[in-house]
Amino acid sequence: MSFADIKEKLNAKFQNLNLEFSSFRDNDRVLVPSSDLFEILSYLKTTFCFDMLIDLSAADYLHLQGATHRYGVWYALLNVENGERLIVKSHLDDPDPRLSSVYDLWKGADWMEREVYDMYGIEFEGHPDLRRILLPDEFVAFPLRKDYPLRGMGERHNFQSVIRSES
Amino acid sequence: MPLNLADAIPDTSSPEREFLWTLNFGPQHPATHTTLRLILTLDGEVVVHAIPDIGFLHSGFEKLGEHLDFNQYVTIVDRMNYISPVSNEISWHHAVEKLLDIDLTPRCKYIRTIFAELMRIHDHLVCCGAAALDLGAFTAFLYAFNLREKINDISEVASGQRFHPSYTRVGGLLCDVDDVWITKVRAFIKLFYAAYADLMKLLQRNRIFVDRTRGVGVLTKEEAINRSATGPIARASGVTRDLRKDQPYLAYKDFDFKVVCSTEGDCYARFLVRMEEMVQSIKIITQAIENIPSGPINIDVNSKFVVPNQMSVYRSIEGLIQHFELHMTNRQLETPKEEIYAATESPNGELGFYIVSDGSGVAYRARTRPPSFIHFSLFPHLIVGHQISDIPAVLGSINIIAAELDR
Repeated sequence: MSFADIKEKLNAKFQNLNLEFSSFRDNDRVLVPSSDLFEILSYLKTTFCFDMLIDLSAADYLHLQGATHRYGVWYALLNVENGERLIVKSHLDDPDPRLSSVYDLWKGADWMEREVYDMYGIEFEGHPDLRRILLPDEFVAFPLRKDYPLRGMGERHNFQSVIRSES
Repeated sequence: MPLNLADAIPDTSSPEREFLWTLNFGPQHPATHTTLRLILTLDGEVVVHAIPDIGFLHSGFEKLGEHLDFNQYVTIVDRMNYISPVSNEISWHHAVEKLLDIDLTPRCKYIRTIFAELMRIHDHLVCCGAAALDLGAFTAFLYAFNLREKINDISEVASGQRFHPSYTRVGGLLCDVDDVWITKVRAFIKLFYAAYADLMKLLQRNRIFVDRTRGVGVLTKEEAINRSATGPIARASGVTRDLRKDQPYLAYKDFDFKVVCSTEGDCYARFLVRMEEMVQSIKIITQAIENIPSGPINIDVNSKFVVPNQMSVYRSIEGLIQHFELHMTNRQLETPKEEIYAATESPNGELGFYIVSDGSGVAYRARTRPPSFIHFSLFPHLIVGHQISDIPAVLGSINIIAAELDR
């Protein structure tokens, strides 16, 4: 199933959604609205057998010139049988960036979604265990957002250390 | 609603679950090698539920990637999987070069291929050696580490650094290799088979080792696919994917090698797959080292992507200008305003980089797809139903590198 076939079938199935297809080098991409993301991903999984979620991550486009949305979340899919790949991307905006979790489709999304939540504060509805993964639970900021400074906001200096007698 | 760690730990206070107890494993524990923490719920010695708590080594690599240029960031990438550093460098620059549409010179491709395979052997040696060490086989570990030292020597000869060579550059390499390097690689090939035979003799039919790894931590093919496993872990479960064959990058299509697979999916299968992959790697190195093409290691200076050598910087105005252009922070590389995902087959699995470029020489977003991170998420499912003493066996077989896990 080539990219052209995927394009044709997706366009036929989701006529009213105005999906944007693009290719760059060997990457085939489709940009979809965030509200229909789950439906499209599950359609891709069942129809085109994209049975592995290779990568799931996000970017903050706050300072990118010409960007129309704040966040972008991408899903890199792989068809294990024939090695075909597709990147599905979706845009999100403040104040309440949220997506539906794809944990039900690919269990591998578990930690990847937690990492995106940890770093960007994008919430995944329906994720069974959405909590911070790399940073401590007490952390309040989302450090990979572009408005978070490289050197942090003083968390390191104000970190409460617990000494033995107090523990 | 976001939870915290305390909410995730199963409650063992109710009368019908009273027989369960909770054990904190790590973050400082000899079997975890680096800083991993597990919160285990146990029934006697059997693991009922495991929660990994990671992030102790989180040092913001991806944030740094947004502030360092494509050549500088290689020193950080190096430190992700520190037991196969050059693999990470190759993967990072593979993504950058795909973004810039650079086709490397044949000599550079060969040298990078040899390095990538040396690093695969390095990684698998440490992984198998340490896995055996955790199960009490100290001798095998020493044989593996002894051989590993030779690979560090080879890195040193090529780049001047044993452990974190930072050897690749956009469009080429730090410097060319010399005859000493080639002699060292040839000597290594000879040494390898002897050491490999020793390792196999010590472990393959070692009753304790086999008893503790066979049937432990079984990952089925369906689970491996569904949970995004790649590399030797997926191949040990019967997923026949290898990026070196699927999307041949560097010089891989010139060489004859096999993709090593197994169908068992247990710790022992993963050990065997890694051991056999080393043999395939040494096969690639043997073919490559005798056929390194001559010519430059860097692409043409006129492409404006590659830092010119010292001679042309000091002796020619074009070289001087380009050196200036690439190193001044307000100039740097010109990149297309695009996004790209590119991956290579690192020893641990698919190591990918997703670069969002804003047109400058610094990535706007440099996402790493770390295999260790994804493989560690398998761990709670592999260990359930096994005993505490199986934890080192499973941890060792999925080869968790905490620096890559936490980045």
